[in-house]
Amino acid sequence: MSVVASMPPAATAPRATSALTGRFMNPYLAGFGLGLVLLAAFLIMGRGLGATAASASVVAWLTGLVAPEWTASNPALKNYAAEPPWINWTFYLVVAAFVGAWVSAKLAGRIRWRVEGGPHATIQMRYALAFAGGAIAAFGARLAKGCTSGQALTGGAQLNLGSWVFMLAVFAGAYALALLVRREWR
Amino acid sequence: MTLPLYGFELIGDGTGLLVALGLGFGFGWFLERAGFGSGCRLCGQFYLYDMTVLKVMFTAIVTAAVGLWLFSTVGLLDLEYVYMTPTSLTAQLVGGLLLGAGFIIGGYCPGTSVVAGATGAKDGFVFVGGFAFGVFVYALFPGVENWVNANSIGAVTLPQVFGISYGLLVAILVVAALAAFAGAEWSERKFAHLRPK
Repeated sequence: MSVVASMPPAATAPRATSALTGRFMNPYLAGFGLGLVLLAAFLIMGRGLGATAASASVVAWLTGLVAPEWTASNPALKNYAAEPPWINWTFYLVVAAFVGAWVSAKLAGRIRWRVEGGPHATIQMRYALAFAGGAIAAFGARLAKGCTSGQALTGGAQLNLGSWVFMLAVFAGAYALALLVRREWR
Repeated sequence: MTLPLYGFELIGDGTGLLVALGLGFGFGWFLERAGFGSGCRLCGQFYLYDMTVLKVMFTAIVTAAVGLWLFSTVGLLDLEYVYMTPTSLTAQLVGGLLLGAGFIIGGYCPGTSVVAGATGAKDGFVFVGGFAFGVFVYALFPGVENWVNANSIGAVTLPQVFGISYGLLVAILVVAALAAFAGAEWSERKFAHLRPK
């Protein structure tokens, strides 16, 4: 038993909930559909899917408003500063993904204001860990020049060496920490 | 050879952005249909009782990989015009470990956090905010980005690494995926008791 696991959650703290209700699409069918979208991106645009670049474009735009010279000379932001959100391809992709997900959830009756977490997770805990996890994931995605979409899916289909190293490392990293944070999800 | 359309200048930047809207809609649609708006469902992958992440990802990869091979082999697609990110091995190994850590800690990956937010998961929006914060922090260490680029070995593919043909590697990928799917189904039966009540 780890220290985290042996601590009883405060009975009064607001609890997180899971949205694991309703019927989802067969995972192989959903994967096939996702694969066709990815293939279409290759055939039409000569590029795959992604999400990280959208965030980088927004961040570079915001820092550009405050510190234009620093942004324009920053190696991690200068390419995105040249492509503000309103002409950034991935930004359009991600905004449309939000809409597509919303329409899908709406039609399935799955939209519900909630905080995701296991039966022992509190809302406060989930907010703190979602922010921290997002920040850690961002550092990883920038190091690897892509995330689960831009590297694992896209580069995976291209048989890109670095993408496969990245993908295996993603699973290794998540499995390695799964026991440590199990009170968050189980 | 006329594909990709954008590479052969059959469509321009403006049309490309419209294409992004269509592709993005499908992207979000299938992620949500798979149940990826739920951090609990995503993270079930790492407690072995819900292998949906592996099934969806591997099926999508195989579908697109076979498609790429098919279209390029029959001569419809010129892979020279399909952008591939350069490999930087250590950076991508460490980056993957960090993204995996962020995934299990935060509950999402960048794309699925957006999908989760669209279904009303407030922690999904918080993850998006944390991600943007992380992108900003990364930029505060310009030496890191310079190091990643300095250690790039260019675009390298698995067929090149193993010295086998493109078609053979795609065939191996298909067989490996079928084996992984069998393993995933077994895992879900074996560890069904770990699913939270």
